[in-house]
Amino acid sequence: MSWTRKILRVNLSDGSCTSEPLNMEWANQYLGQRGLASKYLTEEVDPACDALGAENKMIMATGPLTGTMASTGGRYSVICKSPLTGAIACSNSGGFFGAELKFAGWDMIIFEGQSAKPVYLYIQNDKAELRSAEHLWGKSAWETDDIVRQTHQDPQLRIACIGRTAEHGCLYSAIMNDKHRAAGRSGVGTVMASKNLKAVAVRGTGGIGNVHDSKAFMAATNDGKAVLAENAVTGQGLPAFGTQVLMNVINGVGGLPARNMRDVGFEGAENISAEAMAEPRKSDGKANLTTNGACFSCTIACGRISTVNPEHFSVKDKPQYQGNSGGLEYEAAWALGADTGVDDLDALTYINFLCNEDGMDPITYGCTVAAAMEMFEDGVITTEHTGGIELRFGNAEAFVAITEQFVTGEGFAADLGLGSKRLCEKYGRPELSMTVKGQEFPAYDPRGIQGIGLAYATSNRGACHLRGYTIASEVLGIPVKTEMNDTDGKAELVKAFQDATALVDSAGLCVFTTFAWGMDNIAPQIDAACEGDWSVENCLETGERIWNMERLFNEAAGFTADDDTLPKRLLKEIIKSGPTEGQVNRLGEMLPQYYEARGWTADGKIPQETRQRLSL
Amino acid sequence: MQKSLHIDPGKCTGCLQCEMACSYEHTGTFNPSRSFIKVFTFHHEGRFAPYTCTQCDEAWCVRACPVDAISIDAATGAKVVSDDKCVGCKVCTIACPFGTINYSQSTGKVVKCDLCGGDPQCAAACPTDAITYIDADWTGYDRMLASASKSLPSAEVTA
Repeated sequence: MSWTRKILRVNLSDGSCTSEPLNMEWANQYLGQRGLASKYLTEEVDPACDALGAENKMIMATGPLTGTMASTGGRYSVICKSPLTGAIACSNSGGFFGAELKFAGWDMIIFEGQSAKPVYLYIQNDKAELRSAEHLWGKSAWETDDIVRQTHQDPQLRIACIGRTAEHGCLYSAIMNDKHRAAGRSGVGTVMASKNLKAVAVRGTGGIGNVHDSKAFMAATNDGKAVLAENAVTGQGLPAFGTQVLMNVINGVGGLPARNMRDVGFEGAENISAEAMAEPRKSDGKANLTTNGACFSCTIACGRISTVNPEHFSVKDKPQYQGNSGGLEYEAAWALGADTGVDDLDALTYINFLCNEDGMDPITYGCTVAAAMEMFEDGVITTEHTGGIELRFGNAEAFVAITEQFVTGEGFAADLGLGSKRLCEKYGRPELSMTVKGQEFPAYDPRGIQGIGLAYATSNRGACHLRGYTIASEVLGIPVKTEMNDTDGKAELVKAFQDATALVDSAGLCVFTTFAWGMDNIAPQIDAACEGDWSVENCLETGERIWNMERLFNEAAGFTADDDTLPKRLLKEIIKSGPTEGQVNRLGEMLPQYYEARGWTADGKIPQETRQRLSL
Repeated sequence: MQKSLHIDPGKCTGCLQCEMACSYEHTGTFNPSRSFIKVFTFHHEGRFAPYTCTQCDEAWCVRACPVDAISIDAATGAKVVSDDKCVGCKVCTIACPFGTINYSQSTGKVVKCDLCGGDPQCAAACPTDAITYIDADWTGYDRMLASASKSLPSAEVTA
């Protein structure tokens, strides 16, 4: 079975922690993690509710393969209504927390209500209790991790917590686990803060011993690991260079946006690339990159473990930032770097450390700073707003200074914490927010690459690369190459990626496996681990069911086809130079085809027959 | 030929596949808390280190055991705990200078690496060859080779 078949329900209003059986009928329809927790959210929460009110719930959910030897089987997701977008949020994280939750005997934790005072949840196998966190409030996520670990004198404790930005009301705060892994996007940490919940600390010693067919499971997972090891991307590229392998590649094909997406192509890309991270520094002979690190059970190990040059202005008198920690991944390097025009690798690594230490999504943070920079250059935001900081594109010192203020909630922090949509509206320049459904773009320009534009526009959590990573096909040729500037066939491509990803996220696996794995590698692992029919066909249908369910949540929250769009800049302002010169995104050609491929109406509604087909 | 586990921390990524393989082999569960091999993460230093029993020839644990519960596997050289004999007194855990024999609350016995009868599953599961099972006389070979290559006048060494 591989589900523990147990849910921990924590009512923060009355302080109770209760165990209840997992709804196995839903598990058979929605598998786990993203899909199953979204089903619970849909059934228990009014989509129109205030995301930061007591009626919103926050679910930490594992998948059936979380905590097993399946490669990358260590993931968990946080599901709730997002305060940034108002849409359904599902933020996925690696590290070791998810597996530990499973070893303690829980498939998921449902947090409901709001605590009157700060608390943290302490779980030791089947025992769970809320404890006072008044001494933790005001502490960073790193400090919180250290203090809770000391309190319980347990070096094996796994901790997920929020930093100070969530306490200050930043709308895109993350939940950090294992210090530098994040359920990063859509403000799930802000929801956690709204419940006065500072941390979840878990220790599980029960393990997982109920895999449905363990012999078949070991065979299927060993086959899967061999495929990952032999694949050039998952076996060589990602371990050696991490996701940062993309920086020069995407820049080279004319797909790297820069300076709040005003430009495409960044002249400083090489300075902040994987290659630059591996280059020994002149000062101490060490490279930015120390080594690669893995999340639980992962045989790819794409994670970056990095240091900042101790001589760099950002950390010179700060020994606590001179050691190793989670380094730059591609999306963060782009948002903090190319999108702000900053090509100072050490400054970006330091800012990324601060994002981890105090829990903010580096994509949304970088893009929001980028929007503020464009308004500063246009004279809409001035040094009076920023407290004297010259917030211009490319100014690394200014970016470091404003980030140090941001994490403590000082200065311009309250405005930057709004995210770019609300910030640009506040200053009268709404067209400068590079968002879909209120969430900022990741690192691929949809003018140069058509399909990813459609994926952004239709993503259920707002602009996101992890809801349908068509870059694999359009740039890297995985599983087959499609032309970047073609719109033909992109509707079907986007649908296929979206559905498959929903299933992978619901299994407890990492989507990076899909650089090498097809559903014919994934389904046998799920099928061996779980009871029921988990054939390739059923897995794909489950993914499609999950996608449609999320869409229905958003529809009830007030979203319509009008929200399936891109900012005007990406639809109207042509790329000025480079390999993709002259292009815009042709969303209008793709969107009707996408609705048709999905079996939706011309205005993006899900008709009865499609709901019936998917048992919704 | 006697073989021994060879651990190269520089290759370890901290994925814990070895811990799961060990617990699966010995308990039938995926359960790092019951693994006989342990991966340590040194966050500040950016390093990982798998650690387990090195199977001492003159083993402190064997000498300390008052009931002769720890015997030597003739085929592998592993020091193996007999659950039938072990009384859970923990004297061996005090004697071992490396901390690699430990008491288990769930069984009331001490537990340690037994080399899986000659097919150590940690080594089989390790995706980066940070843990290998090799000729016991040559555990220093790779390091010697790397060191020797540095002493050559030319850097272009492919051996």
